[in-house]
Amino acid sequence: MHHVVIPEINSAAIWRDKARAFLGAGTPPDHILWGETTIAPDLFATPAHSPQGGPVSVPRSFISLAEKVVWHSDPERFARLYSFLWRLRDAPHLMSDRGDADLARLRQMEKNVRRCQHKMKAFVRFREIRFERANRRSFAAWFEPTHNTVEPTADFFARRFADMDWRILTPKTSAIFEGGTLTFTQGQPKPDLPEDASEALWITYFRNIFNPARLKPRAMQSEMPKKYWKNMPEADAIPELIATAPARAREMARAAPTLPPRHMAGAQAQLASCASAWDGPSSALSSAITACTRCPLHRNATQTVLGEGPVDADLMIVGEQPGDMEDLHGTPFIGPAGQLFDRLAQAAALDRRAAYVTNAVKHFKFKPQGRRRIHQRPNSSEINHCKWWLEAELAQVRPKLILALGATAAQALTGNGAALMSRRGTVEKTPTGQPVLITLHPSYILRQTDPKASAAAETLLVQDLKAAMAMLA
Amino acid sequence: MSVKSLEQKLAILSDAAKYDASCASSGSTKRDSRGGKSLGSNEGSGICHSYAPDGRCISLLKILMTNFCIYDCSYCINRVSSNVARARFSVHEVVKLTIEFYRRNYIEGLFLSSGVIRSPDDTMSEMVQIARKLREEEHFRGYIHLKTIPDAAPELIEQAGLLADRLSINVELPTDAAVAQYAPEKKPEQIRRAMADVRLRKDAGKDKSFTGKRPARFAPAGQSTQMIIGADGSNDAAVLGQSTRLYSSYKLKRVYYSAFSPIPDSSSKLPLIRPPLEREHRLYQADWLLRFYKFELDEITSVTQDGNLDLEVDPKLAWALANRALFPLDVNRASREMLLRVPGFGVKTVSRILSTRRHRALRYEDLTRMGASMKKAKAFITAGGWSPGALTDSIDLRSRFTPPPQQLSLL
Repeated sequence: MHHVVIPEINSAAIWRDKARAFLGAGTPPDHILWGETTIAPDLFATPAHSPQGGPVSVPRSFISLAEKVVWHSDPERFARLYSFLWRLRDAPHLMSDRGDADLARLRQMEKNVRRCQHKMKAFVRFREIRFERANRRSFAAWFEPTHNTVEPTADFFARRFADMDWRILTPKTSAIFEGGTLTFTQGQPKPDLPEDASEALWITYFRNIFNPARLKPRAMQSEMPKKYWKNMPEADAIPELIATAPARAREMARAAPTLPPRHMAGAQAQLASCASAWDGPSSALSSAITACTRCPLHRNATQTVLGEGPVDADLMIVGEQPGDMEDLHGTPFIGPAGQLFDRLAQAAALDRRAAYVTNAVKHFKFKPQGRRRIHQRPNSSEINHCKWWLEAELAQVRPKLILALGATAAQALTGNGAALMSRRGTVEKTPTGQPVLITLHPSYILRQTDPKASAAAETLLVQDLKAAMAMLA
Repeated sequence: MSVKSLEQKLAILSDAAKYDASCASSGSTKRDSRGGKSLGSNEGSGICHSYAPDGRCISLLKILMTNFCIYDCSYCINRVSSNVARARFSVHEVVKLTIEFYRRNYIEGLFLSSGVIRSPDDTMSEMVQIARKLREEEHFRGYIHLKTIPDAAPELIEQAGLLADRLSINVELPTDAAVAQYAPEKKPEQIRRAMADVRLRKDAGKDKSFTGKRPARFAPAGQSTQMIIGADGSNDAAVLGQSTRLYSSYKLKRVYYSAFSPIPDSSSKLPLIRPPLEREHRLYQADWLLRFYKFELDEITSVTQDGNLDLEVDPKLAWALANRALFPLDVNRASREMLLRVPGFGVKTVSRILSTRRHRALRYEDLTRMGASMKKAKAFITAGGWSPGALTDSIDLRSRFTPPPQQLSLL
């Protein structure tokens, strides 16, 4: 029988070395008695010699599990770890068996340690202590963790509070950080830390951030168990806050509404004089379109996407509706389809900036899907509602030729919603007699999965763009 | 007017800030102060440093820069027509409070919001100044969340995003009509434009330049928003519809639902009721189902006739009770998508089931060890040694999960 004593400080590394040596030597779990320094040695045990053995290989996931479990307060933790490690020798897949009872127990202990570490990060409360002639500020805290979590958690505080000296004193292990070096010492009795003025401010904050109308003390206690309260300055206020909350909430409900204060009119007058940097230059038409609520699409879209380009342009290009990017930027034809159009326009020697570019429908219609928006085709009613604005734009720009991209634009301009492919390349007329050249929408090209089909569609669109240039020339 | 002490100002300005639900401090860039030249760290996961008796976590110093405001939003304690005590912090005071609280391990950082004074631009630039001072003079590396004023100039939003971890803009109410009614000075389309602007800047921050250099990260912990529940008449389908649109349009990290709560000196326009806390809870559950369990919006909201969530049972259980034909599922064969739909199984439980069943068949006892809540799950699954028999289709299945009926009082 081997008797192994693992000290409180540096337990993880020491246990790991011992366990590796025993495993290499093939020592079964029932031949080892694991102990802490606080437990009296077993009468029949022989003091441990370090057995020498061959190399061992252990799943990585076990090592990270063990590095947590060694800090648990259960006196059986070392024995439990070693006996599971022993089982792992022949069955390494056990680590991924979430139903195994031994592993479930170890995972539970790991979870306890993690939670205890997390609560320590949250609930340690420093008070400032002053030393003569010190060039760094100094802080100290008294804390009573459930498990021995000071050592594995101290690094967190060292990373966070590197520009000050601090010490966390506990009954078991204490951490001291001075001048950038972290050391651990034995536990201590509770020290008498000096009063700290910031603590009163913190309690004021705690009392006032509480909303008495939504009292939920059970939710508070499940996350902040009472065992931590004695070392948290704000916790003293909790019983009184709970006791007075119902009366405070009733009082708020009972109080009659008051009359507005006298300074209200003056304060609101300031508002009228504020100019917003978001409001660009606007014409009567553009502000009327922006304010449009004729169909429900305006509720979901970010903004109205107005037409863009010279108002005396010869060519007017009409697309279907803004897409995701157009909706976010507020500019037409800048998304993937817009970029493709620009490339093809270049091939056809068409200068887009010289044309007036707009859409048949001015708001983006979409269906949310997770973190993406899926484009939805506008229906006839939406197209008809928005036709009002398209006609107003036509009346303002009075182009020599209108280029309708896709079926929606063709329908809005000519009133004819028939299939597009048989009509493309032909010139139709608006009800007022303006010529409309019908062609494909660039997004049709983007939708093609077959490269041949998409190349063919590109050729057709370029051909129509060239035709438009020829008509204008 | 007498000069208020720092403590009095803190009391007023934290009281005024408590109606903002968000207190998250997670998901930002990893950083620390190991060099000894700076203060603070951020390690990905958030830390709740305390809990108030309202069950809400206290992770950040959540305060208003000032509660003077020129807007008149009916639901808000700080509206211009209210007679609450007013105060205003100086830039230096906010910086000092943040640093001193942080050094004592009270907080993860600062959540700064403000009433609108003088003009949106003036207010926003003062908030940016506080963030700048914390970052550049105090070398503060903790978490900063700035509540953006939607009307503030885009340049100010850009500076705010480069200094803060998170930006948020509140949509306030679920529909544009409700905003027009209760917050007459706020413009819903302007709020959406500001959120779109934050998203575009954040997207642009991800693109590497021609030389492979990354631009400065913009709001690394993303943007969030808050909606008040129960002040207007919108049903849950409208609320969740709005949040799915917000998630998809502006890639929000979170939409917070805040049950409308009585405030001191309330407006006569809004009736004071007990805050609908249970409804708020169900909305969060539904929000999670939509984002992490691949539920569709109408699957969740079509369970009841009026488009509101069932308050007695959680939305997943309500859906399962209405779709019993799909159950029981065999945990040893069902797909991940379907296992996620079993009431009582979470994302972690499901991944444990999947990894363990590669080696062996699962039994009922295994599931309890994997963290499943079998009280709910057992009616909807079969496993080794367990079959629900007639339980799945029994008439009184629902009543096993609902609170027992209560005798009405005669008095």
